[in-house]
Amino acid sequence: MPLSILIWLPVVVGLVAALLPRSIGPRFAALGSLAALGIAIGLIADYDGATAGLQHVTDQMWIKQLGIHYKLGVDGLNVFLIGLTTLGFAAATVAANFREWERPRLFYFHLLLGETAVLGAFMAQDLALFVMFFDLMLIPFYFLTGQWGQGERRVQATTKLVIYTFVGSLLMLAGAVATGVLSASDGQSISFALSDLRERTLGDGTQQWIFLLFAAAFLVKMPAFPLHGWMPDGYRAMPIEVLAVFSGVLSKVGAYGFLRIVLPTFPDASAHFQDLLLIIALASILYGSVMAFSTTNLRLVAGYSSVAQLGFVTLGIFALNDQGAQGAVLQMVNHGLVVIPLFLIIGLLVRRAGSEDLRDMGGLAFRAPVLATLFVIVALATLAMPGSSNFVGEFMILLGVFQSKLVIACIAFTGVAFAAVYMLRAYIRSMHNRVGPNVQSRELSVGDAVVLVPLVAVILFFAVYPQLALHRGEKSVVASIQPAVEVAK
Amino acid sequence: MSALLAAVKGPTIDVGALSPLIALGGGAIVVLLTGLLRPRFVREVVVPLFALVALGAALGLSIWQWDTDKSIISGALRVDTLALALTALFIISAALAVVLSWRALAPRESAHGEYYAMLLVSVGGMSVLVQSQNLVTLFLGFELLSIPLYVLCATEMRRATSLEAGLKYLVIGSVGSATLLYGLALIYGATGKTDFDAIATSLNSVGSMVSDPLFLTGLALALVGLAFKASIAPFHQWTPDVYEGAPTPITAFMATATKAAAFGIIIRFLEVALVPAQLDWAPALAALATITIVVGNVGAIGQTSVKRILAWSGVAQAGYMLAGVVVGTQLGIRAVVFYLAAYLVMNVAAFAVILARARETALGDSLSALEGIGRSRPLLAWPMTIAMLGLAGIPATGGFIGKFFLIDAAVEGDYAWLGIVIVLGSAVSLVYYLRVVAAMWMREAPRSVPVLAGASPEAPPEDAPAGPRAAGWEVYAVAIACAAATVALGIVPTPVFDLARDAASSLGHLF
Repeated sequence: MPLSILIWLPVVVGLVAALLPRSIGPRFAALGSLAALGIAIGLIADYDGATAGLQHVTDQMWIKQLGIHYKLGVDGLNVFLIGLTTLGFAAATVAANFREWERPRLFYFHLLLGETAVLGAFMAQDLALFVMFFDLMLIPFYFLTGQWGQGERRVQATTKLVIYTFVGSLLMLAGAVATGVLSASDGQSISFALSDLRERTLGDGTQQWIFLLFAAAFLVKMPAFPLHGWMPDGYRAMPIEVLAVFSGVLSKVGAYGFLRIVLPTFPDASAHFQDLLLIIALASILYGSVMAFSTTNLRLVAGYSSVAQLGFVTLGIFALNDQGAQGAVLQMVNHGLVVIPLFLIIGLLVRRAGSEDLRDMGGLAFRAPVLATLFVIVALATLAMPGSSNFVGEFMILLGVFQSKLVIACIAFTGVAFAAVYMLRAYIRSMHNRVGPNVQSRELSVGDAVVLVPLVAVILFFAVYPQLALHRGEKSVVASIQPAVEVAK
Repeated sequence: MSALLAAVKGPTIDVGALSPLIALGGGAIVVLLTGLLRPRFVREVVVPLFALVALGAALGLSIWQWDTDKSIISGALRVDTLALALTALFIISAALAVVLSWRALAPRESAHGEYYAMLLVSVGGMSVLVQSQNLVTLFLGFELLSIPLYVLCATEMRRATSLEAGLKYLVIGSVGSATLLYGLALIYGATGKTDFDAIATSLNSVGSMVSDPLFLTGLALALVGLAFKASIAPFHQWTPDVYEGAPTPITAFMATATKAAAFGIIIRFLEVALVPAQLDWAPALAALATITIVVGNVGAIGQTSVKRILAWSGVAQAGYMLAGVVVGTQLGIRAVVFYLAAYLVMNVAAFAVILARARETALGDSLSALEGIGRSRPLLAWPMTIAMLGLAGIPATGGFIGKFFLIDAAVEGDYAWLGIVIVLGSAVSLVYYLRVVAAMWMREAPRSVPVLAGASPEAPPEDAPAGPRAAGWEVYAVAIACAAATVALGIVPTPVFDLARDAASSLGHLF
C-alpha cells in the first residue's frame, strides 16, 4: 500500500496543482514532491537489509486475460533508486519554483507525471507493468522539452529523442510479450510477473533474440555509445531543471532494467553476450570521456560525462560477479546524486555568463565563493576523487571487472583519468581564469541555496557512509545476478 | 392463388434475431419521410433525433439478442456475438457521426432525411455483411454498405473535392466490388457451394481442392475485393483522397465503421469458409500486413492535411489488425475486436477535433489549423493529444493495450516476426503523430486569418457567431467523451476484453 501511495501521489498532486490558481499551484506541486521524498525516506529507514526478498509487496491481478499483474515491491536493488528519484524530482520541482514559467501549472503537471512514471518503473515487479511505466516516462518529458525547452530546433530535438527511445521501448514491448507468451509452457497460463518469469526458463536461442531487444531499449535510454545519437540535441534543448532529473534519474532506469529483468530472466543470454556488452560499455567510457573533453558546451560536458559514467555502470553489471554488480548499484545512486546538483549549478553558471560555452565563462568564483565551493565538491565527487562515494563505486566496479576481464579493466582505467581532466577543466574554466566578456559574477540566491545545499549534503553523507547503500543492497543484488553468474562460471 | 402461395416454401423468419436490422431499416424509412416535412426545425432537429432513436433501438435490440447464436433465413445470416458486437460498434460510430453532422453543411445541402437515412442503411448493410455466412448475402451486405457511402461522400455538393471524393470512391469501390464478385463466383465454381460451412466441408472433403487453381484464383480475387474496403495496401490508394474529400463526420464514420465491417467479414469468411485453406492464405495475408504497415506509415509522414494523415494511419492500423486475422486463433480475433473498439474511439475523437477546427478557422483540415490550440482551445487539444498518443500506442491508452494484445496473439500464433513488424511500424508512426501533437502544444497559433465564407469547406457562414462556441458544443462533447473512452480502455480494459472474448467464442472451432 505505501508503494501505491508513493507512485500515484505525484501525479495526483500534479493534477490538483493544474487546477489550483496560478499563485498556489507551483507551491503545492513542490510540497507534494517533498511529501513523496518524505515517504521514500521512510521507506529507506524501514527497509530490512538482512533479507533478499521483496518488501511491501502489492500484488493484484490487473488484466486477467493477458496475465498482467499490478505488482509492486522494494528490495535492495531499487530502494535507493526510489530515494534518488524522489530526491531528484523534489529538487527539480523546488528549483523550478524559483523561476518563472509560461503556463506553470501544466509544467508542474508534466513534471510530476514524469515522477510517477519513473517511480512506477522502479517499483514494478511485473514485466508488462514495467514496460508501461517505461514508455509512459517519455510523454511528460516530450512535452516538458518541446514546450518549455530552449533553442529554435527544440521540437525536432525532442521528436528525435522520443523516437529514439520509443523505438527501444517498442522493441522491448515485443520482447516482453514474447517472454510472457513463450515462457508459459503447455497448460500454464500466461503471466508477466517477474517472479513467475524467473522460474520459467526460455530456450537458448529465444533468450538471445529477446535479450537483444531488451538491451537495445536499455542502452538507448542510458545512453550508451553508439545509441546515444539523440543525446546532444536533447540535452541542449531541455530546461535545466528537467535535464537534471532526466540525466540524474531516468538514465538509471536502463541500467536498473538490466539488473532487475535481463540478468535474472535471461541468464544464459546474459553470459553469452557478456563480451559484447562489456565492449559497448568500454566504448561508452572512452567515447564519452573524449567527447566531454573536446566539447566546450557545459551541458554537453556533463552529458558526455554521463555517457562515460553509465559506461562504468554497465561495465560493473556485465562483470557478472558480486563486486561488479554492487559497485554498479552504488554507482547508479552516486551518479544521480552528483549529476542533479551538477546540472542545477550549470544552470546558475549559464545564467551568469549568458552563454553555455565554457569559453565565454570564467572568473565566476570572484564574488561567489559559496557557489564555487559547492561546485568544487560536486566536481570532485563526479570525477570520483578518493574519499567520495563515487570512488568506492568505481573502485568496486573495476575490482569486479579485474576478476573477469583483465584487459577491459586496464583500458577502463583511462576513463577514470579522463574524468579528472574534463571535470577540472570545466571547473577551472568557469570559476577561475580571466573573467568572461559578459559574466556577471554574483553569489547564490537564497532560493538556489535551499535546493543545492541539501543535495551537496547528501553527497557528503554518502561519501562518509557509502556502506548504508552497500549493505542494504548486498543481499538483493547478489540474489538478482546469481543465475547469470552461475552460467558465466 | 392462395394454394399457390402456400406451395411456395419461404424461409422462416426469426423476427427476434433480425430485429436490429428491422429497427435500422424502419428507422431509415421514418427518417426519410420525416425529412420531407417543411418546417426547418423538424428537418434540422427532429430528423437527426429520430436517426439517433433508431440507432438506439437497434443497439438495445442487439444487446437483447446478445446470447443468441443461430443461423437465420435458411442459413443466409448468422446472428452471434461476433456479429452483434461489431453491429454495436457500427451503431456507436454512426450515432457519433449523427451528432457530429448536426450542424454540418452536408445534411443541409443534401436534404436531411436522405442524409440520415443513407447513414442508417449503410449501418444496416454493415450489419448484414458481418452476419452473412453465404456468398450471396456477403455481396448483398457489401453493396448495401457501399452504395450509401458513395453518395454520402459527395453530399457537400458545392465543394468540388467532395464530389470528386464521391466519384473516386464510386469508381474504385465498384472495381473492388467487381473483383470480389468475380472471386466469389470462382469459389462457387470450384466448390459448388455458397454456404460458408458447406464450402469449408467441401474444401475438407476434397483434399486437392485447396491447391485447385480455380479455387485459389477465386480466393485471391475475393481477398483483393475485401482488401479494397479495409484499405489494405496495395489496394489502399483511394483512402487518402476519399477521406480528405468527404465531409468530416462521414469520414469519421467511414474510417471506423467501414473498417470494422470489412474486418468482420474478413474474419468470418476466412476463419469459417476458408479455414481449411489457412496454409494458403495466412502467409499471403502476413505479407500483405507487412506491406500495409510499411506503406501506411511511410505515406503518412509527409502529409500536411490531418485528414490525410489519419487516412494513411488508418492504412497502417489495418495492417496491425490483419496480424490478428493471420494467426487464425481465438486470441487473434479477440485482439482484433478489442483493437477495433479502441480504434473507433481514438479516431472519432481526432475527427471531431478536426471538424471543430475546420469550423472555427479558415484553414480547414490542414495541420496549421491545430497550431497553438494547446493554449487557446485546451478542450480540443487534450482529446486530440490523447487520440494521437493512443494511435501511436502509448501506455495508459486503449491503443497500447490493443497493440499489446495483437502482439500477444501474433507471438502465440507463431508469427513473432509480425509482432516485431507491428512494433517497428508503430515506431515510425510516432514521427507523424508527434507532429500533430507538436503543432498543438509547441507552435504558436498562426496569425488570425479572417474567416471568409467558402474559404474553408466547413467554415461557418459570415453571419455565424464567431468564438469558441462556433464549432458547437456537441462536437466538443464527442471529442472529450471519445478521448475519455480511450483512456478508460487503457486503464480498465477488462469489460471490453470480456466482450471481445464473447465475440471470438462465436467461432468456436478455432483454438
